[in-house]
Amino acid sequence: MIRGARANVPVAASAMAYGSVLGVLAAQKGLSWLDMMYMNTAIFAGAAQFVMVDMWSNRLPLFEMTLAVLVINLRYLLIGASLDPLFSGRGLLHKMGMMHLVADENWAVTMSEQRNGSATTWFLFGGGVFLYLAWSSGTLIGLLGGGFITRPEEYALDFAFTAVFTALAVGLWRGKSDVLPWIAAGCVALLAHKFLPGKWYIVAGGLAGAVSAMLGPCDSIEVEEVEDAAGY
Amino acid sequence: MLPAIEPQVLIAVGLAAGVTYSLRLGGLLLASRFPRSGRFRRGMDALPGALLFSLVLPSIVAEGGWGLMAAALTAIVVLRTRNTLAAMLCGMLVIFIVRKLGA
Repeated sequence: MIRGARANVPVAASAMAYGSVLGVLAAQKGLSWLDMMYMNTAIFAGAAQFVMVDMWSNRLPLFEMTLAVLVINLRYLLIGASLDPLFSGRGLLHKMGMMHLVADENWAVTMSEQRNGSATTWFLFGGGVFLYLAWSSGTLIGLLGGGFITRPEEYALDFAFTAVFTALAVGLWRGKSDVLPWIAAGCVALLAHKFLPGKWYIVAGGLAGAVSAMLGPCDSIEVEEVEDAAGY
Repeated sequence: MLPAIEPQVLIAVGLAAGVTYSLRLGGLLLASRFPRSGRFRRGMDALPGALLFSLVLPSIVAEGGWGLMAAALTAIVVLRTRNTLAAMLCGMLVIFIVRKLGA
């Protein structure tokens, strides 16, 4: 668990950076620190929280907000599914307890750790707890002290999210067998980003990548077998 | 003193939280019913990378040529050093400088 926390230090730093951006935006919308912490604790999903704060007003659009959160977080269905091998042999209560603190960051760190065969569910959870602390302090710093950062984009803080996930994506690159899925994912994501509203592009691109890997040429089977053999 | 949470905030965040947690747990629980080999498995194995790539690519492209430069630098740094934090800071530095000069 401690190892998981330590492995998440870099991503937690970026979560804190864009958490502070969210805090600044939330302060402008009039959220209290308790509203913020309630969100951080109950939802714990950065992108969805950004969109909710963006939609915040005196009369909250409950239906639109919930739908937006559903669309943005659809990827968690896929993220959850990809964690199945890690959780194999664990009971339902263990799964229920561990899954709440799964975010993009500790998931991605755990996936690359799993390449070395040394990831556990506690590694995932340790990262989640650490991220929660970093995310909460980042949002509160932005919310309570945000007056002096009036334009976070001037400091490229909004790019922190993109930069850290670029680095994590590079870490997940598996070589030749990823060429086709990534091209498919990239094309579909760009098209969906242009023509579909909201955050559909994330799920659309991810699915396109997975489907193209399913339908792709069979030489990727050989690559997979080599990888499996190396894993033993 | 604790600030009060409005009832509508309680509901809105509660709904969002319920949806998010159901997706997280639902994906995990559904996955154990999926086949563990063959084409489907190949797709699931490709998913994490493809998903992250789809997440970042539109934001990189939206940033223009310098966004691509920043992303490339981030990738190079993480491949060379395996240091995610350093890679992130390098990417941010490019955008920071470009925006400073552009303003």
